[in-house]
Amino acid sequence: MRIQEYQSKRIFSHYGIPIPKGRVAINAIIADHIYEELQPDVVIKAQVLTSGRGKAGGIRLAKSAEQVEEITNDILSLTIKGMPVKKILVEEAIKIDQEYFIAIITDKDAGQPALMASKYGGMDIEDAVRENSSVMYSLPIDPLAGLLEFQVRSAALAVELPKQLWDEFTTIVLALWKLYEETDADSVEINPLVISEGDKLIALDAKVNIDDNAIYRHSELSEYFDLEEEDRMEYQAKKYGLSYVKLNGNIGCMVNGAGLAMATLDLLSDQGGKPANFLDIGGGANSEKVSSGLKILMQDERVKVILINIFGGITRCDEVAKGLLSVFENTPIEIPVVIRLAGTNAREGLEMLKDSGLIVAENIVEAARISVQLSQENKQ
Amino acid sequence: MSILVKNDISVLVQGITGKEGHFHAQKMLNYGTHIVAGVTPGKGGDWVLDGKIPVFDSVKTAIEATGAEASVIFVPADHAADAIFEAVEAQLQYVFCVTEGIPMQDMMRVKRYMQTSETQLIGPNSPGLLSPGQVKLGIIPGEIAKPGNIGVISRSGTLTYEIVNEISKAGAGISTCIGIGGDPILGTGYPELLELFEADPDTEKILIVGEIGGKFEENAVRYISQHNTKPVYAFIVGKSAPEGRRMGHAGAIIEKRAGSAAYKIELIKNAGIRLASSIEEIPALLLKS
Repeated sequence: MRIQEYQSKRIFSHYGIPIPKGRVAINAIIADHIYEELQPDVVIKAQVLTSGRGKAGGIRLAKSAEQVEEITNDILSLTIKGMPVKKILVEEAIKIDQEYFIAIITDKDAGQPALMASKYGGMDIEDAVRENSSVMYSLPIDPLAGLLEFQVRSAALAVELPKQLWDEFTTIVLALWKLYEETDADSVEINPLVISEGDKLIALDAKVNIDDNAIYRHSELSEYFDLEEEDRMEYQAKKYGLSYVKLNGNIGCMVNGAGLAMATLDLLSDQGGKPANFLDIGGGANSEKVSSGLKILMQDERVKVILINIFGGITRCDEVAKGLLSVFENTPIEIPVVIRLAGTNAREGLEMLKDSGLIVAENIVEAARISVQLSQENKQ
Repeated sequence: MSILVKNDISVLVQGITGKEGHFHAQKMLNYGTHIVAGVTPGKGGDWVLDGKIPVFDSVKTAIEATGAEASVIFVPADHAADAIFEAVEAQLQYVFCVTEGIPMQDMMRVKRYMQTSETQLIGPNSPGLLSPGQVKLGIIPGEIAKPGNIGVISRSGTLTYEIVNEISKAGAGISTCIGIGGDPILGTGYPELLELFEADPDTEKILIVGEIGGKFEENAVRYISQHNTKPVYAFIVGKSAPEGRRMGHAGAIIEKRAGSAAYKIELIKNAGIRLASSIEEIPALLLKS
């Protein structure tokens, strides 16, 4: 779960990591109030959960009340990588002598965290790393011992940080580690961490990304989950124990198990169809999960056909049928529903569904073929 | 005989009094697996599964009383890492963790802790192991597979059942089928199991069922190119998955190019491993060559 910059900075501040003064605004009037406190120069930053804001014109300097109004309105009208800007952060402008990149990431391949540091902080760090990976210093962290002071010093040395700032740097990076551990972060990033006016270190940007699996034990962070529309559906599905990912097509899919769900989407795509979503109701799904899943698909106006693919192992197909029928009882279906049931109690499930008007497919390949065909016929 | 575990291995179930643990312990027992104990802290002294299986408060006491050698974990995600630690500390030989959704930092600590232990962890988020007609640890439905000479290693559950079922319908059978798990941080990867299948006299062909995310398949391909002489077949799902979105499994997310299906498929083809491009091709591919 990614957290917006202004909220990430609030967490930084809680851990004693220095950040610029500033506040969030949703319109030019509020932005102007903030400007009055922070003048003469402020930076106005779009609050969207994507990288590349600077290059998209989402981060700009304002030197007067007029400019604040103009730039605020400009930025609030932007859509960056498909995400409309709804909030901005107005911050005091900081003089930058030097920019660094600092992050703690979860290196999943290695199964341990890593400290990443570079003296080439700022907007172009990704390009710089792509061209020459040696510009990024990376150090594995023992998850049982935690980040150690000497490791932070070796990072300071690697990025050629002036020695009079080592103590301050160590305090900041150890605080970042504490934040990473205590919030169950997947990654935390400061880009850039700047030297300002010769002797101050300040985190100009803040990215905190919390491990989805650990959210349940961080109710203190729930106010920070400022969900974009898409994430909101995923989050809602998650509450029912389902995993949902929105895609661009018109075939609504419900499958038990992530691997089988991906295989079903691949089959649809191979045959020229376009899935509207990924929806995994999980192994051992009960009738409630099935009906919540079906409701999510039926609410989606883009969906022209629904494909339900269940391989009953732990999941019992009669339980699936029960869940489907409970929805159909109250809501008539207006679009075709293709269903394939196999495995545990498939015959019982199909028997229960025989008068429901569902299109029964023999196997996964036939189910995909019929769904694709129907999705194309129903296109008007 | 199965790879990894012997057929008569003594097994305890952590979380046996929970809904899932209880249900699957019964299924394993019905299949003939030598379930000897359950562990649920606070429920020690109870008997479950028609009064046949004793419950203990700790793994240590369960081992002392029953001589259990392996564990299958069904403990909910918030206590699952602790359950693994307990099993490792008690020096069980094998731990199969079925639990899904363990926080990553917990798993990193587990993995680091296990570097100094002899215990082998399969999973988490693994459906377990099934050797048809012989032994079953975990949740793979026993009835879908027939004994045979194909070894299967997979990162998912139901997809594996689907494929194994199709293989059975096509008249072929399975030596051992094992799920390494759908999480990003796993106790055991493909190479260790490829090595066991290579040495297993009952296995003639090996099928790996991979998916997007991580370097698991890359590691498998490297291992196969250097060590395997038995024919290896592969199938990869997630061709149509968008970048940066978690497709159900915590490990099924394309974070860099190396995690994409296209990249993995290219590696597999370049290594000369036989690739099924869709699910329907798998049985025929396995049977014809």
